Amino acid sequence: MPKDHGIGAANKRREDVRFLTGKGRYTDDININGQAYVHFLRSDVAHGKLTKVNTSAAEAAPGVLRVFTGKDFEGIGGLPCGWQVTDRHGNPMQEPAHPVLAQGKVRHVGDAIAAVVAESYAEARDAAELIELDIEELPAVIDMKAALADGAPKVHDDLTSNLCYDWGFVEENRDAVDQAIKGAHHVTTLELVNQRLVANPMEPRVAVGDYASHSDESTLYTTSQNPHVIRLLMGAFVLGIPEHKLRVVAPDVGGGFGSKIFHYAEEAFCTFAAKQLKRPVKWTSSRSEAFMTDAHGRDHVTKIELAMDAEGNFLALRTDTHANMGAYLSTFSTSVPTWLHGTLMAGNYKTPLIYVNVKAVFTNTVPVDAYRGAGRPEATFQLERVIDKAAREMGIDPVELRRKNFVTEFPYATPVAVEYDTGDYNATLDKALELADVSGFDARAAESAKNGKWRGLGMNCYIEACGIAPSALVGQLGARAGLYESATVRVNATGGLVVMTGSHSHGQGHETAFPQVIAEMIGIDESQVEIVHGDTANTPMGMGTYGSRSLAVGGSAMVRATEKIIAKAKKIAAHLMEASADDVELKDGAFSVAGTDKSVAWGDVCLAAYVPHNYPLDEIEPGLEETAFYDPANFTYPAGAYICEVEVDPDTGKVTVERFTAADDFGNVVNPMIVEGQVHGGLAQGIGQALLENCVYDENGQLVSASFMDYAMPRAADLPNFSVDHSCQTPCTHNPLGVKGCGEAGAIGSPPALVNAVVDALQRNGKDVKHIDMPLSPARVWAAMNG
Amino acid sequence: MYDFELVKPTTVEEAVAALSGDEAQPLGGGQTLIPTMKQRLAMPGTLVSTSGIASMKGVSASGGVLTVGGATTHGTVAAEAASSYPALAALAGGIGDPAVRNRGTVGGSLANNDPAACYPAGLLGSGGVVVTNTREIAADDFFQGMFTTALEEGELITAVKFNIPEKAAYAKFAQPASRFPLTAAFVAKTSDGVRVAITGASEEGVFRWTEAEEALSSNFSADAVDGLSVDADGMIGDIHGTPAYRAHLVKVMTKRAVTAAG
Repeated sequence: MPKDHGIGAANKRREDVRFLTGKGRYTDDININGQAYVHFLRSDVAHGKLTKVNTSAAEAAPGVLRVFTGKDFEGIGGLPCGWQVTDRHGNPMQEPAHPVLAQGKVRHVGDAIAAVVAESYAEARDAAELIELDIEELPAVIDMKAALADGAPKVHDDLTSNLCYDWGFVEENRDAVDQAIKGAHHVTTLELVNQRLVANPMEPRVAVGDYASHSDESTLYTTSQNPHVIRLLMGAFVLGIPEHKLRVVAPDVGGGFGSKIFHYAEEAFCTFAAKQLKRPVKWTSSRSEAFMTDAHGRDHVTKIELAMDAEGNFLALRTDTHANMGAYLSTFSTSVPTWLHGTLMAGNYKTPLIYVNVKAVFTNTVPVDAYRGAGRPEATFQLERVIDKAAREMGIDPVELRRKNFVTEFPYATPVAVEYDTGDYNATLDKALELADVSGFDARAAESAKNGKWRGLGMNCYIEACGIAPSALVGQLGARAGLYESATVRVNATGGLVVMTGSHSHGQGHETAFPQVIAEMIGIDESQVEIVHGDTANTPMGMGTYGSRSLAVGGSAMVRATEKIIAKAKKIAAHLMEASADDVELKDGAFSVAGTDKSVAWGDVCLAAYVPHNYPLDEIEPGLEETAFYDPANFTYPAGAYICEVEVDPDTGKVTVERFTAADDFGNVVNPMIVEGQVHGGLAQGIGQALLENCVYDENGQLVSASFMDYAMPRAADLPNFSVDHSCQTPCTHNPLGVKGCGEAGAIGSPPALVNAVVDALQRNGKDVKHIDMPLSPARVWAAMNG
Repeated sequence: MYDFELVKPTTVEEAVAALSGDEAQPLGGGQTLIPTMKQRLAMPGTLVSTSGIASMKGVSASGGVLTVGGATTHGTVAAEAASSYPALAALAGGIGDPAVRNRGTVGGSLANNDPAACYPAGLLGSGGVVVTNTREIAADDFFQGMFTTALEEGELITAVKFNIPEKAAYAKFAQPASRFPLTAAFVAKTSDGVRVAITGASEEGVFRWTEAEEALSSNFSADAVDGLSVDADGMIGDIHGTPAYRAHLVKVMTKRAVTAAG
């Protein structure tokens, strides 16, 4: 029987009522009396020297309050990078300045040169056209390998080259890996591109800065996944405002997918300008601005080599990746191709020797940072593509080749610095094979052939590291932040609870799932629990939501705080029942004393805590409110097996996804409906990457795919009905809920399955195509077939 | 968007008078013009909306000709031409999405002559005339290259007359992002022969594939074009497809249209 409340119940999302009835309160819905508007004048060239920025005509234009340029930000901090990577030789990465407004040079199309603040948005935009601008255009570097060539134009003149870092992992294994590859029976090699993507959440970014002169307090309303992180970065590193004078609010946020983790220049600008002008200042991104200012995702070029013995046992793996940083280092950009990528290269397999080399490169493009999966999709894609190719070259069934190399004993310490606590990769693979009806494939392929279509089957496994992250470990690896999470549980006098969490919901359903956990622990109805998030003024310092961490880390903090509440409540109950706290049990919202008929209701205990007339004041304080910070002992390791069936139209190269099966092990599941929704969304984005999405620059650094007319988003009609399953559950061993995280799995696991399926369809029909780079657009597939 | 004046006349005469002003431009459904203005890439001083002109709206069929008012929306054509000219109704019903079809007009689409629009293929493939406030222009003379037509400054498309063929079909291969035709073929068979119009493919905009017309006029079956090939020279190349790919699609979509026409 499925549960109808508490942990495991498929409760409908309470927040959807307001989202679906137009009552969500997003940042753009916030309008403050006296608000002014900012329009940014942005560079239309990729690389150039600013020789003249004359704002006098713009200053004099109707409605203009002030025009800001880079000069106004001299001596003010730049946007910080949150992770310092150390290179192969022990040196810190090259870290350029990242000014709020361009100083001296523009480095990508969309780089902000000036900001016009006016009474209306239209006046700001009109005035921006009056700014006299001379830009001495410089040659742009777009291609990563060209950027590293001797004599290439430098994105940052004060750096020695366009190389941010040359990272080796694990450096001590480098020679051993080389030797193992040299001596192997067979080595499969694949060169591939993990293309640049634009996250494109439905809600574009918005920032509203406000300043209260009576209290000298600044407030920023912003579309963020982590308001406390923004407060820390902007306050401490950019504007020099202490936390007690700075409040950051991220209200309802319409999707982020990583792109709203980072601290952006517009946030700092609006906060700064509001204080300067003593007026609230608002910026709302247009979709066009979003394309050229939101941090992009992926953009790796990789060569991977897999060495095997004659039986197909994996002996060694070597990968060589160029990772595009864009023109500046976005907040977590440097960690994505290194610690979120290299540490996942073992995948689900017991490859004993692994070496990962990553060269991070500056180019005259929009900064690149985390996008759904962040490093892990890039790792999974190359690994699962090379295994598929290896299976073909070795004449081994791709399922069997994977099974042969699976990690089967846990805990398992990989050669790339992480320890998988638990998993059962055969179980998810078996489940996927069953649900996908693989045995019926031949019949379906024959049916497709009758219709002139080529059918193909592709599969892959994946593992990811979620529940980010143990602070001490990431500190050693260069993180400039801790990655714990926090919760304050406040019980009200009449028994209801308010939970203030440092996690942030921007589509994940926290307001529904989190109360299920608390309700289960206390034995009360979920409706008694309210979740508060997104405002630094009323939530404890938290690190926010990304990396599938909210339940595993934030949920654990909530459990710890609730445990403290229950422990204290038992003491109160014991007093009321004249019993020993050790004998008090809490069940179904009532306290009782074992072996007696004494009982006191949850609500009575809460009331006693706040009306302490009959209360053990000499032992405990009144009130019932507890805070916990939870720092995870390890990452969590969701894993699974995905199977994709495609049809290829041989006349046009068009690929249609006919069936898609995802069998995931997320450990314990709090709300299966929300988990399914997360997997569906992840699959849509993964299939979008594999088939449709492509962020393209031309050689001059102009963004060719700068609107939805050329950037193809996945639509419902592009997707089949998914078959998803999460019944294989090996609970996480180190967090109190046994949960692992599900937010990114779909986007990580789906691209290789789809590409493997298309290659399979072509191979089955006599086309010896070994690889096609994503997106597998009709034109590319047709070209590969006819190449 | 810059400031502009909006004029909403109720007769063609009023519209033509308004269009004689400086920097005046007709506004059909605005599905191209309004986004362009929002980007500040167009700055007409006056927009003359055709949406209030009753005489420019409606669909009627008689004597083998389907007459569509210039301000008639794609959605109306999809619904009202379904029995009299189903191939054209299907073309109209496949443009954009419901919101686009409820605003976009046949006159606006033809006057814009986007090289990847659907209607130019429908008109050139059907044969017929563009009726303006001053004259009638034969379909074969109307399209003069990408975004260029025979229309004079201030000339307004009041109606479009499509010749209704014995059989016809439109086969569209959608560009993955915009869903405009990457390449599409409109094939129409009449007692006088076959017309094949291709959109989305050529740098010159919509064109008639005369070799295919000849082959199909003697044998109206998909096999008839098997031996033909299309030169990739002059075809559009962009991030969605090379000239060679588009040249290949010209043939594939023509065959599909012939098969669909039955």
